[in-house]
Amino acid sequence: MSATATVISANDTNLWGGGVEPMKASYGKLMMWIFLLSDAFTFSALLVTYGMIRFSFPAYSGEVENFVFSGSYWPIPEKVFTHFPFTHAELPLAFVGLMTFILIMSSVTMVLAVEAGHRHDKAAVEKWMLWTILGGICFLGSQAWEWSIFISGVDGWGASLKDNPYGPPAFADLFFFITGFHGTHVFSGVVINVIIFYNVVQGVYARTGHYEMVEKVGLYWHFVDLVWVFVFTFFYLV
Amino acid sequence: MSHSSEGHAAGQYVPDTDPASVAHRKLIWKTFWILFAITSFEFLIAFTKGPLGLPSLLVIVVFVSLTLVKAGYIVAEFMHLRYEVKALIFTILVPIIFVIWLIVALLDEGHAILPKWFN
Repeated sequence: MSATATVISANDTNLWGGGVEPMKASYGKLMMWIFLLSDAFTFSALLVTYGMIRFSFPAYSGEVENFVFSGSYWPIPEKVFTHFPFTHAELPLAFVGLMTFILIMSSVTMVLAVEAGHRHDKAAVEKWMLWTILGGICFLGSQAWEWSIFISGVDGWGASLKDNPYGPPAFADLFFFITGFHGTHVFSGVVINVIIFYNVVQGVYARTGHYEMVEKVGLYWHFVDLVWVFVFTFFYLV
Repeated sequence: MSHSSEGHAAGQYVPDTDPASVAHRKLIWKTFWILFAITSFEFLIAFTKGPLGLPSLLVIVVFVSLTLVKAGYIVAEFMHLRYEVKALIFTILVPIIFVIWLIVALLDEGHAILPKWFN
């Protein structure tokens, strides 16, 4: 009986016979990619909506130095996001620059964890995953700080979904929706990273013989970084 | 480029002095510096576009192009897509056509839809 089975598996080139990974990627990794593709569509829809609504409002046409907030045109981002912790100096976009740096850095530590996983270097996987989790928490803290500044606003008038002191109501709505949706992804990523880190420490992947779970959660984490690259450009730069 | 230590037997520890591992980590840090440099350059433009009087369409085109370059590095290197089989690469990249369609469609149709909502 077993002899027959051996003959079939050795000669059978039928891809549908089982035991073959389509596209040389495991089921889990493939499905993570497909999920990320669908998530990319969701974020694309949000960002395209931002662009569409933004350009339905007139742009500010005067000199940048004379810019004042008004509900009748879209605000200049560098005039809105000028705050930095522990200082009252106006530092346009400096804080969001720091947030970008933190997230790119955590993507690097994540890919180093994946690399260590390929080498079955448990200690290195633990180290780099811990740095990634720390980076994620720093990013979330920064975002919470930025939201609180945005909500507390200027001269006692802050942003809500209904209105805001910076520009048209849709400006704050889109800020809350897009950075909030991204922040939710970061939060989920941190939670998943913590679970996988716990499994690594427990030696789960040393026992199963591969660290592919680290790779899969890594894909998700890089995607979060990828989305931020776009949010950063379309919300803060353009 | 031979990539990482995936060829080693399953479950086998490989020290970080392994040449393939050293080369891979060098590539990771190189990617980081490219991303860092592009982001710094974007900041430079953000603060000099006013004083230099750069046309806003040019600035937008530069920002979007640089963003796509950064996205390319993240997906190709960090997410490892460059080293997957062609079928997987196309499975992920081809559906992005729909995003391009969405952008074109909404930029065009936006004029017709939005005034009814906001005015």
